Amino acid sequence: MPTPLVVSDVAKSFTMHLRDGIKLPVISGVSFSIRAGECTVLGGPSGAGKSSILKMLYGNYAVDEGQIIVTHDDGLIDLATASPRTVLAIRRQTIGYVSQFLRTVPRVSALDVVAEPLVERGEDREIARGKARALLAQLNLPERLWALPPATFSGGEQQRVNIARGFITEHPILLLDEPTASLDARNRDVVIELIAAKKAAGVALLGIFHDHDVREAVADRIIDVTAFAPGKIAA
Amino acid sequence: MTDEPLLRVSALSKFYGSRVGCDNVSFDLWPGEVLAVVGESGSGKTTLLNCLSTRLLPSSGTASYRMRDGQFRELYRMSEAERRFLMRTDWGFVHQNPADGLRMTVSAGANVGERLMAVGDRHYGKIRATAVDWLSRVEIDEDRIDDEPRAFSGGMRQRLQIARNLVTGPRLVFMDEPTGGLDVSVQARLLDLLRGLVTDLGLAAIVVTHDLAVARLLSQRMMVMKDGRVVESGLTDRVLDDPRAPYTQLLVSSILQV
Amino acid sequence: MTAQPKDIATYNFAYLDEQTKRMIRRAILKGIAIPGYQVPFASREMPMPYGWGTGGVQVTASIIGPGDVLKVIDQGADDTTNAVSIRAFFKKVANVAVTTDTASATIIQTRHRIPEHPLTAGQVLVYQVPIPEPLRFLEPRETETRKMHALEEYGLMHVKLYEDIAKHGRIATTYAYPVKVEGRYVMDPSPTPKFDNPKMHRSPALQLFGAGREKRIYAVPPFTEVVSLDFEDHPFEVQTFDQPCALCAAENVYLDEVILDDHGGHMFVCSDTDHCEKRRNAPTSPLWGGRAEGAGGGLDQSTPHSTPTPALRADPPHKGEGKEKQ
Repeated sequence: MPTPLVVSDVAKSFTMHLRDGIKLPVISGVSFSIRAGECTVLGGPSGAGKSSILKMLYGNYAVDEGQIIVTHDDGLIDLATASPRTVLAIRRQTIGYVSQFLRTVPRVSALDVVAEPLVERGEDREIARGKARALLAQLNLPERLWALPPATFSGGEQQRVNIARGFITEHPILLLDEPTASLDARNRDVVIELIAAKKAAGVALLGIFHDHDVREAVADRIIDVTAFAPGKIAA
Repeated sequence: MTDEPLLRVSALSKFYGSRVGCDNVSFDLWPGEVLAVVGESGSGKTTLLNCLSTRLLPSSGTASYRMRDGQFRELYRMSEAERRFLMRTDWGFVHQNPADGLRMTVSAGANVGERLMAVGDRHYGKIRATAVDWLSRVEIDEDRIDDEPRAFSGGMRQRLQIARNLVTGPRLVFMDEPTGGLDVSVQARLLDLLRGLVTDLGLAAIVVTHDLAVARLLSQRMMVMKDGRVVESGLTDRVLDDPRAPYTQLLVSSILQV
Repeated sequence: MTAQPKDIATYNFAYLDEQTKRMIRRAILKGIAIPGYQVPFASREMPMPYGWGTGGVQVTASIIGPGDVLKVIDQGADDTTNAVSIRAFFKKVANVAVTTDTASATIIQTRHRIPEHPLTAGQVLVYQVPIPEPLRFLEPRETETRKMHALEEYGLMHVKLYEDIAKHGRIATTYAYPVKVEGRYVMDPSPTPKFDNPKMHRSPALQLFGAGREKRIYAVPPFTEVVSLDFEDHPFEVQTFDQPCALCAAENVYLDEVILDDHGGHMFVCSDTDHCEKRRNAPTSPLWGGRAEGAGGGLDQSTPHSTPTPALRADPPHKGEGKEKQ
């Protein structure tokens, strides 16, 4: 089985044009790969650039230097230089992403928010809703909330909708940005189960988990992001 | 999914005398893709939209459109009759002010049916049934079918305008500030409706807006314009979350948080 | 024409100067060459106000010759003010023979009717037109309507008919009913009742239309296709009347309502006065006998009607008035 994702020598900085163009280096020399059926965890303190790495891998942040090679559609593609259209195709088929916060859409019910990624991949709407119901039930989201738009939900409820939305598809690569941050113990366990199921299905997972217990439970490998701090490279 | 774009735009420029309308704009648009064009007033986004929709002739540059037979046609070399036919069959244009895109003195049903009659539909019963169907798709009650849009609220008018445009099953829709001038709650409903229609019908759309939230909600790709030039383009969430150009950073940092 | 003018009749034959007549004839010829197309022309001031038939009068003046026999009708009548004045005008300025007899006229100038007696080859019917543009009330921009004609974009015309059906359950337009000429141009037949529309179709007579205020001339040459617009499920129909003419008992003719007193008394009579008088003056003709008999039982065996009270405005649109605003 080919390695689904290889990151080599990636660097990222922000140029703040509104502040006289000062350049804030975030990370550099990032090199690692993730393997199918494993959960790799990015470790390191806040501000070390963990989220930035995930966002670059999802095409959400631009990449200054380096390559991100993704196995997509039976070929290898450099995500760092791919066209927007290709990035969209990779998101649709290859890389899934569970963000830290749910970006709510007005008037769309929680159930449809969860079902949407499947519908976008061409799944029948009713079948997608069936899967969405099963996931929301597994995550203990009260059924009376399913038909409501999640904008007014509590942080924990929104997060569970977000997790369901991320886990519903069968992307071979799944990025997790602190999916358990605002969950209680019971639901954290559900997420651990979901991750275990994904691993068993051969999905390559890459995540950020601040919760020590969760990290212990899911991590096959921990990559210390402090190694990619910009100063280190210069040194 | 096809590997060929629907619309190819190359080095499009429009000058008003020595003033720049839009300058050297190039992009491809694929079927099912929604492209947002953002920028402040006077940035050239509406000039660009009008050139692309052939309501305005550019000073230079080309735009070719893949017709239903798969052949690319150069838009600015088509005859006016061909362009107008394209406009009312394979394209749609949603104006900011619904009064510009609707016939205010004929009923909602006739507004929706006009395009069908224009392409030769001559069966009243079928035209009316199609109008009823489209009114329900844009959430307008069937019993309003014989009312004039003058009696409609702003949000309803805008939804009617959308139905009027989509009734012939266009593949490309141009939208000029489709939610401008609407209340926030009405805007949300309209955006949701547009999102649904775009996904269900696989429409390609070019949406001009100054509202970055509208762009984020509707579009996958985005072009940021300033002084007639495209200063940044890319995936919508990439441009908004990691803006690179100084002007985009200014634009993004100017969003009011609620 | 070399004599010193003593009065207006000798000023110039048929009032208009020769240059003007040539200009108008060119417009007429172009109109005939492009059936239904509105040809702009330099409409002249006439010794009558706009709305009184200045367009028709200019067309008549340009085609009339000393040997012509002129008939003028207004809403079908030979004896109303407009008809009498125009007839008198041409008698004076062209010294031509005039008649009320449809069959013997060579030129018939009409305001809003086509005579009941079938027209024949060689006759010319000249219509007075208030508003020549059938799309005007749907699209007010002349630049746009011209483009629509040029590109044959006539969907809008059906929008109007759609609105009629949506509002009234049927196509309620009863006059100035749009027609398509020779499969190409959509044309306003002037505010004639739609009852007369079928008479335009493949008529052996030449039909000329003059709009003086709007400065347009258009034409339907003899034997031209003239089709009234409609929907497949709402086909074009002419008005029907549930009683024959109260004076001559004619059926299948267009009737006017005549008010008799202040107590609601009224009757329906032929709008075509010549037709009506001929029938009444020939009581022994087979036509008369046959119809009289038919008329006797006509009230009972009348066909079903889409309109309970006939379409009837005792006097349809007035001079210069356009289609009624819905």
